Amino acid sequence: MAEVQEVKKQAKEREALFSKKNRQLISDPLNDSNPITVQVLGICSALAITVKLYPALVMSISVLFVLSAGNVIISLMRNYIPNRIRIIVQLVVVASLVILVDQVLKAYVYDVSKELSVFVGLIITNCIIMGRFEAFALANSPWKSFLDGLGNAFGYAWILLAVAFFRELLGSGQLFGYQVVPKAWYLTEGGVYSDNGLMLLPPMALITVGIIIWVQRSKNTALIEED
Amino acid sequence: MDVNKNSYTFTFAAVMVIVVAAVLSFAATSLKEKQDNNIRLEKMQNILSSINVEVERDGAEAVYTDYIKKELVVNNFQPVEGIAAFDIELSKEVVKTPSERNAPLYIAEKEGKTYFILPLRGKGLWGPIWGYISLEQNASTIYGATFDHKSETPGLGAEIKTEVFTSLFPNKEVLDESGEFTGITVMKGNASGSHQVNGISGGTITSVGVQDMIQDCMKAYIPFLKSYEASNTASTNSDNSNPIASID
Repeated sequence: MAEVQEVKKQAKEREALFSKKNRQLISDPLNDSNPITVQVLGICSALAITVKLYPALVMSISVLFVLSAGNVIISLMRNYIPNRIRIIVQLVVVASLVILVDQVLKAYVYDVSKELSVFVGLIITNCIIMGRFEAFALANSPWKSFLDGLGNAFGYAWILLAVAFFRELLGSGQLFGYQVVPKAWYLTEGGVYSDNGLMLLPPMALITVGIIIWVQRSKNTALIEED
Repeated sequence: MDVNKNSYTFTFAAVMVIVVAAVLSFAATSLKEKQDNNIRLEKMQNILSSINVEVERDGAEAVYTDYIKKELVVNNFQPVEGIAAFDIELSKEVVKTPSERNAPLYIAEKEGKTYFILPLRGKGLWGPIWGYISLEQNASTIYGATFDHKSETPGLGAEIKTEVFTSLFPNKEVLDESGEFTGITVMKGNASGSHQVNGISGGTITSVGVQDMIQDCMKAYIPFLKSYEASNTASTNSDNSNPIASID
């Protein structure tokens, strides 16, 4: 009996790396607590850089890196950060990570850094990052914070890519810069089709995000607030 | 340890600032050389692509010295000695009036023909735009163009760097029949004639920026190019001979 209890106690102390709880840290932000569609954070970048898929992908990857690395750093320091200046500390961590990444990219993968340059400022101001530092990393262990960072970054990325997919396809008839809608369909070539220029403008990003939220809530009724 | 004490807060902030500053400045200084080299090679790539020579970044330097025969600085329509054309910062020159600028000029030779490569810099909607335009020996016919930008909107103004836009420029003329400088007008559709190109729909301000940039930057060169051409045709009667050698 005593032995069994001992084993149980150990299992409780050392949670498996991918226990159910930990897996939820990654899967929850994809749907139930998605940073964009449920928490409505990071909307500004979702509007600004979803005209085309490629910049959206670059932005997603950079947020993925900054968010998971920053979460780990904040979590490692969580017991030493003075409460009154914690927001400043969080800002410093995000900003220096972003600058560091930008410097390294400029030296080694110059083309990627050119693609990214416009978005560097947007990463620092992305409220998802500060939100996760404040809400999660300050209170949890590094490994959990890392998973939480990954999960939220993926949740952010898939919405971004979904919006960019529709905007690029309907707005310029392309995907990743390659022409998808056959040239012969266009009015100028004697066809009946024309790109929807409105899709390229910011309002349609908001409307596309709105439609995604609508579809998501009609599938996932738990998200609908009671009056 | 009480992490909320005033003295602890101050110490934490001070240590954090010093550590972060040290890490960032170490990264910046140790990577500077590589970054500068990337920028230099990219400039060579851009100059080459304006005469329709596309190279990989790693091989840019060798190809550059192959094609670019001469780098000149033009000030008040006269060549100036003692300034390295390649190192001139155009952003500081374009704020002066065209005749006072130290304007860099690259002279390239491709398949036996001479081309003038003129660097351009101007304003887009959100930030600077720049590019290179190459002219044929008559100082009027555009041979190739390449544009780039810092922060124009993807899908709209940013399209100036795509081939869809740059391919409109070759074979346009920047001088009219009497030899007066006209520049290139960026039109809202229906561009016709040899001094007009179509702009980008949704990117009007950037398109107009390109037009103004061409207008403004080329002014610093045209009289010089004309005299250069005149002295060339006077000393050599054939297009195929080496005009640069005869000037030197």
